[in-house]
Amino acid sequence: MRVVSEEILRIENLHVSVAGTPILKGVNLVIHRGEIHALMGRNGAGKSTLANALMGHPAYEITEGKVFYKGEPLEDLDVFERARNGMFLSFQYPASIPGVQVGTFLKKAVASVRDEPPKGRAFRKELTTAMEKLSMEKAVLSRYVNDGFSGGEKKRLEILQMLLLQPQLALLDETDSGLDIDALRIVSQGINEIAVDAGCLVITHYQRLLDLVKPHFVHAMIDGAIVHSGGAELAHELEARGYDWLDVAA
Amino acid sequence: MSDEAQELIGDYQYGFHDPENSTIRFDKGLSEQVVRDISELKNEPEWMTELRVKAYNHFMERAMPEWGNCPMLESIDFESITYFLRSSDQTEKSWDDVPADIKNTFDRLGIPEAEQKWLGGVTAQYESEAVYHSIREDLEEQGVIFLDMDSGLKQYPEIVKKYFGSVIPHSDNKFAALNTAVWSGGSFLYIPKGVSVEMPVQAYFRINAKNMGQFERTLIIADEGSTIHYVEGCTAPSYSTDSLHSAVVELIALEGASIRYSTVQNWSSNVYNLVTKRAHAYKNAVVEWVDGNIGSKLTMKYPSVMLLGEGAHAEVISVAYAGKGQHQDTGAKVHHLASNTTSNILSKSISKNGGRSSYRGLLQVTPRSKGCRSKVVCDALILDGTSRSDTYPTMEIGNPSSDLEHEASVSKVSGDQLFYLMSRGFTEDEAMGLIVNGFFEPFTRELPMEYAVELNKLLELEMEGSIG
Ligand SMILES: Nc1ncnc2c1ncn2[C@@H]1O[C@H](COP(=O)(O)OP(=O)(O)OP(=O)(O)O)[C@@H](O)[C@H]1O
Ligand SMILES: [Mg+2]
Repeated sequence: MRVVSEEILRIENLHVSVAGTPILKGVNLVIHRGEIHALMGRNGAGKSTLANALMGHPAYEITEGKVFYKGEPLEDLDVFERARNGMFLSFQYPASIPGVQVGTFLKKAVASVRDEPPKGRAFRKELTTAMEKLSMEKAVLSRYVNDGFSGGEKKRLEILQMLLLQPQLALLDETDSGLDIDALRIVSQGINEIAVDAGCLVITHYQRLLDLVKPHFVHAMIDGAIVHSGGAELAHELEARGYDWLDVAA
Repeated sequence: MSDEAQELIGDYQYGFHDPENSTIRFDKGLSEQVVRDISELKNEPEWMTELRVKAYNHFMERAMPEWGNCPMLESIDFESITYFLRSSDQTEKSWDDVPADIKNTFDRLGIPEAEQKWLGGVTAQYESEAVYHSIREDLEEQGVIFLDMDSGLKQYPEIVKKYFGSVIPHSDNKFAALNTAVWSGGSFLYIPKGVSVEMPVQAYFRINAKNMGQFERTLIIADEGSTIHYVEGCTAPSYSTDSLHSAVVELIALEGASIRYSTVQNWSSNVYNLVTKRAHAYKNAVVEWVDGNIGSKLTMKYPSVMLLGEGAHAEVISVAYAGKGQHQDTGAKVHHLASNTTSNILSKSISKNGGRSSYRGLLQVTPRSKGCRSKVVCDALILDGTSRSDTYPTMEIGNPSSDLEHEASVSKVSGDQLFYLMSRGFTEDEAMGLIVNGFFEPFTRELPMEYAVELNKLLELEMEGSIG
């Protein structure tokens, strides 16, 4: 039996519009520390919208409802403050920053998020350890952030950032897409490592990720709302049956 | 310092000025007598005096350029400028002997440390003349001459007479004429045949006085098969009235020689920066201009290379940052005057807060020059809706055997890039700073490390409090 621990995220009746079009239509969700929640749903259902809105993307306007992060209203925090307070979003489509080297970027990001950033050598050691876990080549450090990266390379860099920033709430938006079989296993280990001490929202279309990152809860999103929740078995059911049977329920 | 001056300085970190203690200061304004007085004071040979006077007359007759930023050019008040100011009676060879007030200025700019760490030689010019000069002994032993231009003329009159004005004649343009008439200071550098200078040599130009005109003149001759990297930095304090910086730089790369000339100009926002830079590249020679323009009110500068011998190569990498009230009109000119010559031009500009940056380029391939190759890339980044960027590329291609590429792009910082960085803990300003530094990176990586770090810091400062 699981002991319910600290509440990390509470979403109450969240409505979000993009460019005036309502996308999320009343999402409710509570995530505690140590819990892995999987979010599934058809293309265009609003999963990324939820992740982006939680992280504070200015294009996603909250029109109704409330979100609390560790008990405090999230709306009071600017994007960078959310990051500094332990929120992390692994992007479905990470942006590239030409001319900025991965090594420099990681060092600066860690320095901005952590209260006591590690000094030169300590940081390099930490970085080396994390990169070894993800089987990443050192050469990545001198490339430009996501610039010309393959889909899988981008996702691996997202997870590297997550390992270094050690978030308390990890939002992982289709981190498994584009990963080969070995990479999927490696990345999953990274997620599991963080998940021990954080709340995790894992957005995915595929059971193969959930075989490796075992969710405590699975939620199905249809047309901007979570219409059905269950345990790990729900993912299997969705994989087998698709989403049509939920339309009736919704 | 007046409140007004203080206000103007803002984030410009070199905006301080030290008390002016000049030993000789000319009255404001320009006349043939002023030109003759400068020459006499410097005890110059007669040919130089006559050249100055000829140039002065040409300057008076020559119309202002009818391109660039005409209203800004017309607003230069040549009569309110001081054309010569001597702050020290001699050029010192030991840092300790430099007058304390001047030393103080350069200490604040970090010059002596830089010299100890990574330079082969250094010249520091304060107002009109060099106040400090040194070169590493081993270079001197190899026959490398590195002097301020005034000393160069005194000690090597034949070389100077042969090359001075040979690349940029006084009649080239109005500001070249002005420079030839009233030039003072600048660097004279000669690298003997086959000598390769590994450490860069540096000159530092500082305008300290108000309404000052700085007209340095630089001449670099790289003899056959030699190599040199020359670095130049410029700053001026912020006053509420304008200063004029109008330099002429001539490079001669003889057969097989290689010259790299790196500049980061960081003028305060009331300096007119109107500079003529041109190089002659002989057979198999390489000339590289690495040119960064931050600050100033108006910069007009188009480093150019005349590829005179077969196999010569030109490289022009430049960046410009135009902030509030600033116009950076910069670019590059390459003339392919011989067969199988090649060139690369990369120009990057950023406009912000209503600033304007223009790329003005010329690429010429003469009918006789066969098999030339050139690539021109111009990228502009516009940071807000009030800023502006334009390109004026000119191509004169005289024969079809050339291989030419031209790419131009104008972009805005994307919201997704900003959001990505902010989601990693960067404030909006920090995120903007990173993106901007990344955009300039192809330029920055060509600079000596100290300059690169400095430039990045500078741009980060420029991004602060910038986003509305
Ligand atoms: N920035 C935007 N501008 C315009 N429309 C948007 C924007 N973001 C999302 N939308 C729209 O909102 C809807 C939900 O998109 P969202 O990206 O959240 O879907 P998703 O569930 O993540 O889908 P997928 O599984 O394909 O990633 C879609 O119709 C999409 O086109
Ligand atoms: Mg999505």
